[in-house]
Amino acid sequence: MKAKTILRTLKYLKHYRLLLLLSLLFAAISVALTLAIPVLTGDAIDLLAGEQTFLQRPTFDLLLRIVSPFGVGAEQLNSIPAILILICVCIGITALLQWLMNVCNNRIAFGIVRRLRQDAFEHIQTLPLSYLDAHPVGDIVSRVISDADAVTDGLLLGFSQFFTGILTILGTLIIMFTVHPGIALVVVLVTPLSLFVAAFITKKTHVHFQNQSKTRAEQTAIVDEMIGNHKLVTAFNRGDEALADFDRVNQRLAKISQTATFFSSLTNPCTRFVNNLVYAGVVLVGALMAIATGGVALSVGQLSCFLSYANQYTKPFNEISGVITELQNALTCAGRLFELIDAKSETPDASDALVMDEARGEVAFDRVSFSYVPERPLIKDLSLSIKDGQRVAIVGPTGCGKTTLINLLMRFYDTTQGNILVDGTPTRGITRNSLRKNIGMVLQDTHLAHDTVRANIAMGHPDATEEQIVAAAKACHAHSFIKRLPDGYDTVIGGDNDTLSQGQRQLLCIARVMLRLPPMLILDEATSSIDTRTEQKIQAAFAKMMKGRTSFIVAHRLSTIKQCDLILVMKDGDIVERGTHDSLLAQNGLYATLYHSQFEN
Amino acid sequence: MKLIWKYLRKYKLECVIAPLFKLLEACFDLCVPLVVASIVDGGIQAGNTGYIWRMFGLLLLLSVVGLSCTLVAQYFSARAAVGSATSLRHDLFAHLQSFSHEQTDALGVPAMITRMTSDVNQIQTGINLTLRLLLRSPVIVFGAMIMAFCVKPDLAWIFVAVIPLLSVVVFTIILTGIPLYKRIQSRLDGVTAKTRETLRGVRVVRAFGLQEREIEGFKEVNYAQTALQNFTGRITALMNPLTFILVNGAIVALVWFGSRRFGLPDGVTQGELIALVSYMSQILVELVKLANTIITVTKAVACGGRIASVMEIPAGMPKLEPAPDLQDGSAVCFDDVSLTYRGAGAPTLQNISFCAKPGMTVGIIGGTGSGKSSLVGLIPRFYDATEGHVFINGKDVKGYDPTLLRDTVVTVPQKAVLVSGTIRSNLLWGNENATDEQLWEALEAAQAKDFVVQKPEGLDAPVTQNGTNFSGGQRQRLTIARALVAKSPVLILDDSASALDFATDAALRRALGQLAHKPTTFIVSQRTASIAHADLILVLEDGCVVGQGTHEQLLDGCGVYREIFESQFKGGQGA
Repeated sequence: MKAKTILRTLKYLKHYRLLLLLSLLFAAISVALTLAIPVLTGDAIDLLAGEQTFLQRPTFDLLLRIVSPFGVGAEQLNSIPAILILICVCIGITALLQWLMNVCNNRIAFGIVRRLRQDAFEHIQTLPLSYLDAHPVGDIVSRVISDADAVTDGLLLGFSQFFTGILTILGTLIIMFTVHPGIALVVVLVTPLSLFVAAFITKKTHVHFQNQSKTRAEQTAIVDEMIGNHKLVTAFNRGDEALADFDRVNQRLAKISQTATFFSSLTNPCTRFVNNLVYAGVVLVGALMAIATGGVALSVGQLSCFLSYANQYTKPFNEISGVITELQNALTCAGRLFELIDAKSETPDASDALVMDEARGEVAFDRVSFSYVPERPLIKDLSLSIKDGQRVAIVGPTGCGKTTLINLLMRFYDTTQGNILVDGTPTRGITRNSLRKNIGMVLQDTHLAHDTVRANIAMGHPDATEEQIVAAAKACHAHSFIKRLPDGYDTVIGGDNDTLSQGQRQLLCIARVMLRLPPMLILDEATSSIDTRTEQKIQAAFAKMMKGRTSFIVAHRLSTIKQCDLILVMKDGDIVERGTHDSLLAQNGLYATLYHSQFEN
Repeated sequence: MKLIWKYLRKYKLECVIAPLFKLLEACFDLCVPLVVASIVDGGIQAGNTGYIWRMFGLLLLLSVVGLSCTLVAQYFSARAAVGSATSLRHDLFAHLQSFSHEQTDALGVPAMITRMTSDVNQIQTGINLTLRLLLRSPVIVFGAMIMAFCVKPDLAWIFVAVIPLLSVVVFTIILTGIPLYKRIQSRLDGVTAKTRETLRGVRVVRAFGLQEREIEGFKEVNYAQTALQNFTGRITALMNPLTFILVNGAIVALVWFGSRRFGLPDGVTQGELIALVSYMSQILVELVKLANTIITVTKAVACGGRIASVMEIPAGMPKLEPAPDLQDGSAVCFDDVSLTYRGAGAPTLQNISFCAKPGMTVGIIGGTGSGKSSLVGLIPRFYDATEGHVFINGKDVKGYDPTLLRDTVVTVPQKAVLVSGTIRSNLLWGNENATDEQLWEALEAAQAKDFVVQKPEGLDAPVTQNGTNFSGGQRQRLTIARALVAKSPVLILDDSASALDFATDAALRRALGQLAHKPTTFIVSQRTASIAHADLILVLEDGCVVGQGTHEQLLDGCGVYREIFESQFKGGQGA
């Protein structure tokens, strides 16, 4: 699983082969030069005392060969100014390469995540509604946003610190062992201690931190609930109880937070302490060696160089342990993101599927069965035939399957058994997009894009003219309120600060369908949250739309559907009664009960 | 700032000990290069092995003492930070709890939650870091410079030149980074919004076949975000290379200028050079830390300011002079009441007058925004009338103790919200001491008994936050039951049956009429069916009472009422 996730992530790297190669090259060179600087500084310090460590290096001859064409001899090269110039060159190149490397790494990491997000988003467009309905919006959004962000962080750290860290450690070890194996051994021997200390503290801290965030979440839940429902809390005089609840968690959090904060602040001092030990050890052994051999085995300059390394050497270890945690986190997050990208798409339209042009609007259900979960059949063996232009009302208590019928007709879901036919063609044999273009849909759950009023009305037909848009808005009585908006048709709506009322939103959704009326309509009636005046407007708009079109109305108010050609009364997924208003009242069944209860006082 | 001090004052000892010990540690850290220098100059050059061992011992001692000092400092700073944040959190929560509805509206719930959570946490981190680092970092930076003067005054000018340069580089890059990161965040919010929108509106997107257009739109915001990330990355990536150049350049300068005077009587020794080089590296590390600390502290101070401005709001309902008592035997009486919300241009309610006798049912009807909820909100004094008076049992609501008032008037709010816990724990909000029998009674009257009985755990069935594990209709019935448990003399149902089907609504109305304690009941609704039976109906339009009477009287005499009634009952104007 893990290996697979790594492979999947690495596959995205293939678009960045060149950048990756450059980044690695830059890293290698800059690490090598960084490591060379203390060596050269040490040589300069030695040269002060007249020791010829620089002259004796194998690289000296190589350098001499490079500079001799410029008239620089061995004498001039083996001088403090020359060494210092060399150091300056190293500094300059290293700095430039470090920057270039970072720029490459950024491009790779941000680019990969951009691709991941794009792939995820494009995949969402192909996912079946059954998947999207079953997964909370927040969950999917957090995969596309936060998880992808964690992948960026992991990749960035991985590229910039993991690789250079390992190179630095290797390089330092090699140089230290070539300069002086004895002291190098001292450093290597103390290393496990440093690692052990860091690992121990990280582990401890992690546990405490988890504890802390758990308790914090608990407290946030209380705050969320009690402050979020503050009006309710005051109305019921529950302030004292809420405070007592809060204080219990607050006290617990104080204790846990104290421990967590303290432990987390240990990491730096403790690793610093171990580093100091390494440092002291190097000084001791180095100084003793220098005296014992009279500077032959180890010069003061070499000692200074060792001291710089001893400082540098342990740092990557600490960094790497941090990077590993980050990488693990990134991997988990990448896994969750791939889970989304790998979720099964809806079955594509058949290659010979009919592209439906303009339907007549005849709809038939032929022994349709459907269930969201196999154990619980919802619609069983439903047959129905509706002539074009007929108005069909669907009524029944909540959860009876009204929405399911819409889902099936729009092919948001496919039937488990049986077929739905439009103009005699099974909908499975029609491309989804062309089928849906033939059905206009106004749902109670009004969705507006974060865009202008004009763009929202023209959503289905971006090429509509201004006149057509205004005409559509006028037809559903939306024009007057749109004109009163701050920027008229250019007002941006659908964002967080939307001031439109539910009724106005619904009118806009109607205008959207009104712009180019398809031969079939699905209308979900407004609920009680809309005042009666606006509702009358909506009803009037509905009426205008339905003329001559096959219409399905999900009705909440029985008074509005008397004139329908066919009323379907649903209960628990079955159509228990069907007929016209009068014939159903005469049956004196469920419809009659529902109808009379509305007029009862 | 003043606010943070107020809470830190309880931790004076901690606030002194923590920085003091940090300071000590910094001093010990500064000694290390000197000791190393003396090992090189006094030990190696003189060939004095005993001296080297002694100095090694001193180095170990310095490390151990340094570590102990830090541990002490960390412990005390954690105590001060966590301790003051804990009491600040308590005080803030208590203060927010005492807010009136008007204050809640003014501040907004999301802001209140942010103050409680991330702002306080930010302050905790800020205090902790300040106590630990704000003293240590400058001491190391300037201490290193002073040490350089002690070691070799004629080379110390290099430090004097480099430190400001380093500071400029570090601070400029960090400060340029902050607004850029903020912009990245807001672009990311754009990506988030796009994702959320496509998911929320998935049915519309597919109904109109807009998938391709959504993908194009996303590509745009996605690219914009990445471009800004790359741009910001290029700038912030300058930090390491530039400081690298400065520090190493300074080291080169040290060696170069040191070498010119090497071997002279007042010249630099090898040991001194090593010490100076190591001071230079320490300065860089601390400057970066200092810059980050300053950012955290600035954030904490800003959070402190935000919290302070909340704490300064005097909480609770203002003390106002009540009007003289009424002696008319009414349960609830409005006397020429008008209400203008703070900051609103127009009044929400105008000149409302009516009286309800004990046990009466009052229906309130009108379109959205006509002021129905505002009217009933005046009874438990959620808001104060701008003009006129509201009386309960003949006494002005301003003269009531708020707790007693809200025991007398119990509201079923429009938004049916339950809190996490169990059905029982939610119902007990109405009356802490209610017996199971009383709870079942309330559930039965609220038409909620059926589905509670069906739960295997009965009254102990779990309720998730906001009650999302119940359907809208079930939630409404539970909130009604919660109010009924209180058996209060005045009961308000603020459009609380909107999600019920007509049959259940009718049954509920019947049950409410048969309550043993005969409360004065206010029913707010959009449906005439829900209030037609009331003893008194108020018809509201644009904040004014345009009709007042019984159903029959209003049908005859009130045009607005008749219009509402007919729109709901005649029906069929096309549908």
